[in-house]
This record gives sequence, structure tokens and C-alpha cells, in this order.
Amino acid sequence: MRRGVIVMTILGILIIGAFIVSMNTGYIRLSPVEVVKTLFGMGTDKQSLILFEFRLPRIVISVLIGAGLAVSGCILQGLSRNALADPGILGINAGAGLMVMLYISFYPTTSMRSIFLLPVLALIGSGLTAALIYVLSYKRNEGIAPTRLILTGIGVAAGISAAMIVLTLKLDPQKYQFMATWLAGSIWGSNWKFVLALLPWIVVLLPYVFYKAQVMNVLNLGENTATGLGTSVEKERLLLLAAAVGLAGSSVAVSGGIGFVGLIGPHLARRLVGPKHQLLLPASAMTGSLLVIVADTIGRWLMQPSEIPTGIVVAVIGAPYFLYLLTKMKA
Amino acid sequence: MTEMLESTKRTERLSVSKPRTRPLVTSLIMFGGIAALVLGIAISVSFGAADIYFTTVWEAIFSYNPELTQHQIIQEIRLPRILGGAMVGASFAVAGAIMQGMTRNPMADSGLLGLNAGAGFALALCFAFFPGMSFNLLILYSFLGAGAGAGLVFGISSLAKGGVTPVRLVLAGAAVSALLLALSEGVALYFRVGQDLAFWYAGGVSGTKWFQLKIMLPWVGGAIIGAMMLSRSITMLSLGEEVAVGLGQRTGLVKLAGTVIVLVLAGSAVAVVGSVGFIGLIIPHVTRFLVGVDYRSIIPCSAILGSLLVVFADLAARMVNAPVETPLGALIALIGVPFFLYLARKERREL
Repeated sequence: MRRGVIVMTILGILIIGAFIVSMNTGYIRLSPVEVVKTLFGMGTDKQSLILFEFRLPRIVISVLIGAGLAVSGCILQGLSRNALADPGILGINAGAGLMVMLYISFYPTTSMRSIFLLPVLALIGSGLTAALIYVLSYKRNEGIAPTRLILTGIGVAAGISAAMIVLTLKLDPQKYQFMATWLAGSIWGSNWKFVLALLPWIVVLLPYVFYKAQVMNVLNLGENTATGLGTSVEKERLLLLAAAVGLAGSSVAVSGGIGFVGLIGPHLARRLVGPKHQLLLPASAMTGSLLVIVADTIGRWLMQPSEIPTGIVVAVIGAPYFLYLLTKMKA
Repeated sequence: MTEMLESTKRTERLSVSKPRTRPLVTSLIMFGGIAALVLGIAISVSFGAADIYFTTVWEAIFSYNPELTQHQIIQEIRLPRILGGAMVGASFAVAGAIMQGMTRNPMADSGLLGLNAGAGFALALCFAFFPGMSFNLLILYSFLGAGAGAGLVFGISSLAKGGVTPVRLVLAGAAVSALLLALSEGVALYFRVGQDLAFWYAGGVSGTKWFQLKIMLPWVGGAIIGAMMLSRSITMLSLGEEVAVGLGQRTGLVKLAGTVIVLVLAGSAVAVVGSVGFIGLIIPHVTRFLVGVDYRSIIPCSAILGSLLVVFADLAARMVNAPVETPLGALIALIGVPFFLYLARKERREL
């Protein structure tokens, strides 16, 4: 427990550090002193405009989606007892993306109502996809085998991306540009309205999942033991799965196709605090946030004045880590 | 006399390979398939933004008159595109067949195992650092890229405890592809070659030019002939490494030759149309279902069926949403994905 507290304190400090560096970084550089001054309302108009209207919402969104995706991955890994589970690899992100895309191709994106509708739509998309993957990988006598689940996820994700490519062609150039950036995983909703749209989901679902930590520990002991201990396995599993889908879906709605966060976050966290979910879940949330802030900052800093979409940076960090895990995994 | 020879040959073949071979179906596919291919090409040439009569098509090919617009459309735009499609289909299909046979992996496909992404990344680098590179060199780098992608996937899977398994290969392939795609996108953004690349990734045959075909033909032709020469050895390998060694085969040499052929086929196909996945996955399975387990039948039949698939898919891609073209890669993925899912469910497979 003490170790957990220490680790999380350090993670917290790192996140704050990344937060500050991220606020300094961008086309127009602000020195740390200027950032602090501006934060306390003593900066110039231009500085506060940059900070409050452009950078802060984006960083806050990074924190939220990092936490959402990582916790979602943590749940999926726990439930499937498969170290490689991740909402991106399982195709849940793709499903959310397809719904967002369908919506965008028919309606304009700027109106207030649509922004709040997006997470809901993404949620429906990811829920449907999760259900589809579940059904497709279910076999009567064997249930869900982890490898079959992942293979099915890869297949479904490929199918959905193909459908999305077909759809992009019908878009007018402006929407096409938007969709292309979205697909690459750029944090596009860098605007307080999006923070507001995303916040309720995270604020409701994260505490709920943390509250279920003990249940997840018990589920990890295996189906029979869990039933023996008086847990209604099927019900809890379904509820947790729904929470995972909700977290991933709402995050993807504002961040686009950022993969691998749900994979790496929980793994790093497990290394740091061990397998107990009371510590693992919040630690995952923190590593996820840290990862997305850092990736987003790198993406903005590396080739100014243009940006590398965060999703690309995360993939470049995440894919090698995934491969490393793959070599560690037993057959 | 010849009949007897034929029958002894057949019993010989029966004793070597598994019993399920269907020479009749094979020859049916060879002749029927080629006939269907010719028909498909003819339909595809005459169909388009401007419908052109078959007689005009015939004239455009055999008595070309450069003054006529219709002849020009056929000669300069449609024919290279369609022939390119046929060639690409054959390449991906044969590459997939060899990979599946050699690795005894039912999920093997150049798209799933990182070859396409590797070739794509090599092309991204070429566009970024050597703009205006000749297609000749481009295609060579594409081979190298495919090799690098495949090397990464196989290398990483073999590092794992318990060695290479089909599932592990697909997982490594997905991650390596994601990585290479992200790197390509990064390079594309940085050097502002995104549009050139987008054309490639979407996977389309529409921009194929005669000169590309001329460069590609010897590579693809040579590789397919090589594949047919190797087909007997691949049949043995597909029965298992021990069996192959027991039958006196130098498996290392066969695998090396097979790998080179696969890289050339996948690399050149990606260089022309970009990343079109799933052809190499579906076609060999379908072919095996039709003609049996002998790779002397599977390889040529895969080539024909692969060409047919791409020619007709391209035709469909132009018709579905005319006048906008649907990307070929997306269309084939929509057919390929259900098939992949079916394979993921199935446990026992015959290779």
C-alpha cells in the first residue's frame, strides 16, 4: 500500500510537470514564468487567449481521454485475462469512429447540440461493435477464448476501417480533411465545449469502476472461485464491460483513433503497483493521462508549426511495447 | 501407353501428397478461369465514364488509331489499369498461397503479416527523400520494405517463448503494421507527401501506367514461374517440415527461394496499387477448397482466381458509387473480413 501511495504521488508530480511543459510548448512559446503569471490572471490578453482557449482545454482533454482509455484497457485485460486486450486492438474504437463518421457526414459538427451528442453516438457505436465481437467470438461449448476474441477484434476493426474509407469518399473536402485528421488520432476537440461533453462520462464511470475494484480482484481468481465467493459473475462482467465500452467510446469521440493507450497504461501501472485493482485502476488512469499528455506535447513540439497527430506518436511508442509484450507472452 | 504413364503418375502423386487432389477441377479453372478473365477484361474495358462498344474495344487494341478519343481512353487509361489489376491480383494471391503453404499458417497474407505496410513505408521514405525517383528503383525499395516488414513480424514472433504460432504472427503483424503506418503518416506529414501516399494506401489501380506494367511484368512473371517450379516442394513443406525433410528435401533452400518469391510478388504489387489486403488470404483458401492440396494446382489456379477477383472487384469499385470510385482495397476488405472471421472461428484446417 505504501509503495502504491509513493508511486502515485510520483505519477501525480510527473503529470503536473508534463502539464506545465505542455502549456509552454507550441507554435508560440510561453516561458514557465509567463505560464504561471497567466494562470493567475496576470498575463497579456494574447497569452491568456492562447493558454485558456487553446492549450488548457486540449491538455485537460488529454488527461481525461488518457485516463478513460487506460482504465478501459485495464478492465478489458482483467475481464479477458489477456494481457494484450485494448479497446483499439479489439475494434471498439473503430466502432465508435464509424458512428461519429456517419453522423458527421450527415450533419455539421460545430453546433453545440452535436458536440454533446457525439459521445453518445460513439458509445452506441462502440457498444454495438463490442456486442458484435462478443457474439462472433463466442462458441457454444468453449465460451470466449482470448485469442479468438483478439483475432475477431482485428478482423472487425479491419472491416470497419474499410467501411470508413468508403464513406470518406462521399464527404465534401472540408469534412474529408476533418475525418482524415480524426482517423489519425488527433485531439481535435481542443475546446472547452468538448471538455464539458466528455467530463460527465469520465466523472461518473471512473469512480464506478474504482468502486468495483474488489469485484475485479475476485473475478481475476477465475470464474468458479468468484462464483463460490458469492459474486454474480455474469452480471458483474457485463456491467464492467459496459463501463469499459463507455469510457473508450466517449474518449474516442473527442480524440479520434488513438490506439495502444489502453494497452500500455495498465501494463506500466501493473509493473509499478502490482495486480491489486484498488491500486491498479487509479494507477492505470494516471499512466494513461501521462502518456497522452507527453505524446500530445511531443506531437506539437517535434515539427512546428505543424503538428503530428497524437495517435501517431502514441503508436510509435506503443507498437514496439506491444511487440515486446508479445515476445514475453506464453503460448 | 500414354494413358498408363498418366495413371502411374497419378498414383505417384497420390502417394506423395494427401489424397484430395482434383485434376479435373484444376484444368476447368485453368481454362474456364482464363476465359472468364478475358471476358472480365473485355467488359471492364468497355465499361466506364464513357461506355464503349466491344467492336470499338477490339479496334482500339488491334488497329489502334491515336486520333480517336475512345481508342485513346482504352489504350492509355483502361487497358493498363485492368491488366495491372489482373497482375496485382495474381501476385497477392500467389504470395499468399506460398506463405500459407510454407508456414502452414492459415492466416498468412501479405497484408496481415506486415509486408504491405513495410513496402508502403519504404515508398513513403522514397517519396520524402528522393522525390521523382524512377519506378524501377521504387519497385526495388518496395521489395526491400516488404522484406523488412516481414522480417520484423517473423523475427519478433520467433523471439517469443514457444516460437511462431499463427495467432502470434497475426498479432505481431497487426502491431508492426500499425507502427509502420504511423511512421509513414509521420513522414508524409513532415515532408508533405501525404497526397502521393494517400493514393497508395487507399489501394487503387486507377493510376496504373504502361511503363509500370512493363517494369512489373518480368518480376511478377518470373516470380510466378519460380513459384510453379517450387510448387512440388511447397506441397511437401505444407505436409510438415519433418515429412519434407524425410522425403529428402532441402527445406532451408526451399524456404529461402519461397521467401524471395513472396517478397518480389508482394513488393511489386504494393508498389503498383498500394496496400490491398485479404486477396492473399481468401484466394488460396478458396483455391484449396476447389482443387485440393497439391500446390502444383494451387499456385496457377490461385493466380487466375486472384486476377479474376481484382478485375471484377475493380469493375464493381467503379460501378457501386459511380462516378466516384470506391477504393479497391476497401471493397476487397469488405469481402475479406467475414472470411477472416470465419477462419478465426474454425479450428482445424487443411493446408
